[in-house]
Amino acid sequence: MPFDERLLRKREREGRFELMSPLVSFQQVSARIGQKDILYDLSFDVEAGETLVLLGRSGSGKTTALKMVNGVLLPSAGAVLIEGIPTTAWNLIRLRRRIGYVIQDAGLFPHFTVAANVGLVPRLEGWQSRDIEARTQHLLTQVGLPPAQFGTRYPRELSGGQRQRVGVARALAADPPLLLLDEPFGALDPVTRVELQQQFLDLRKGLDKTALLVTHDVREALLLGTRIGVLHDGRLVFLGERSEFLKSRNKEVQAFHTCLEEKWRETI
Amino acid sequence: MSSALAHDILELTLEHLVLVSLSMAIAAAIAIPAGILLTRRAFLQRWVLGFANIMQTVPSLALFGFLIPLPFLGGIGKHTAIVALVLYALLPILRNTLTGIMNVDPAVRESAVAMGMTGRQLLWEVELPLAIRTILAGLRIATVTTIGTATIAAAIGGGGLGVFIFRGLASVDTTLLLAGAVPAALIALAADRGLEWVEHKLSPV
Repeated sequence: MPFDERLLRKREREGRFELMSPLVSFQQVSARIGQKDILYDLSFDVEAGETLVLLGRSGSGKTTALKMVNGVLLPSAGAVLIEGIPTTAWNLIRLRRRIGYVIQDAGLFPHFTVAANVGLVPRLEGWQSRDIEARTQHLLTQVGLPPAQFGTRYPRELSGGQRQRVGVARALAADPPLLLLDEPFGALDPVTRVELQQQFLDLRKGLDKTALLVTHDVREALLLGTRIGVLHDGRLVFLGERSEFLKSRNKEVQAFHTCLEEKWRETI
Repeated sequence: MSSALAHDILELTLEHLVLVSLSMAIAAAIAIPAGILLTRRAFLQRWVLGFANIMQTVPSLALFGFLIPLPFLGGIGKHTAIVALVLYALLPILRNTLTGIMNVDPAVRESAVAMGMTGRQLLWEVELPLAIRTILAGLRIATVTTIGTATIAAAIGGGGLGVFIFRGLASVDTTLLLAGAVPAALIALAADRGLEWVEHKLSPV
């Protein structure tokens, strides 16, 4: 990557000197909601440019971990650093507008058109309406929804797969460096899911994005993750690359191995 | 129909309308913000809804009676009638405001927060537009009920179409009874239709 002097200056102005700190860093994070402990002593980094997949069963704490990144939940112990700054010190509104967010079934605003959904964060950020429109059109085209045809529709007039595409476009709207995806393809039929996973890979190739994705689908983890972390009962029991994941002797990781088809198992 | 009666009907109908509109405006001004507050402070829900519930269960004639000896709020006349009508109208508006906002899809609220909406933006851009139909439905129920209940206001000197009804009852005069009841029913119907139309117009999708 070429040395970007502007970026350095900007960071200096903002009092940030650590150029190479990871985008997201969990440091001995514990989470307690009410009387219940959800996460214990969680430590990992998400490096710029990678897609880290957190894999786990329901109730393993993976969604909780995700919600700690954009400050929807705050750690009860430890710290979550975003660009080197703990979430407790961030202005959470500013932080969230720098993070794209995609959830299962998209969570689109039912009373906004597709275009208004996609253009939301730019509008909140005070962009000129001309720029918002251009950005919206560009993104809708990019996710395969011709803006002329889809822009004025409402979410209820779309199929599940189309809604999810809009969800992805919306998350990308203000060009955030980081994407959070919570079971983004979970509610889709298998064919559409594979289509969208493929599209996600293509998008990622074209855009320089960092992503943290949460899923219970081991195939999705292997397909999309540059690294995989396995959460079990609130603890990170494995973290490593695909090949390491396939070789791991950890019990929970092996439980996920058994979900894989022969094709994958042969490579173990 | 004598022209004197026609003139009285017109005058009392207007009085009735004023009574109802003032009461509804005050009730909405209290109950909608209170309902919004309840969505933010869940622990208040039991107390506030409990109070509004009790107010609804007090028989209307008795409520007017209870208010008479109270300083400030009570006494004889229009303002006492309005206080009673407001108390009656609170519950449906309060409850529907609360329900409407609480029924917003959690996924929608979650993504609004995650997109970086402020609390105010969440309320005005997401929660209220999505709840508006339910809130207006509460307002409609309250209005229609109030138009009927307001006839009792005459018992404590509040005026309105109830004057005819009480006079008709006292003198066993069906014409007078009808002179009060028919316009009240017509107003109720018109209000129901009108507010239904507004509800439809303002519905988000």
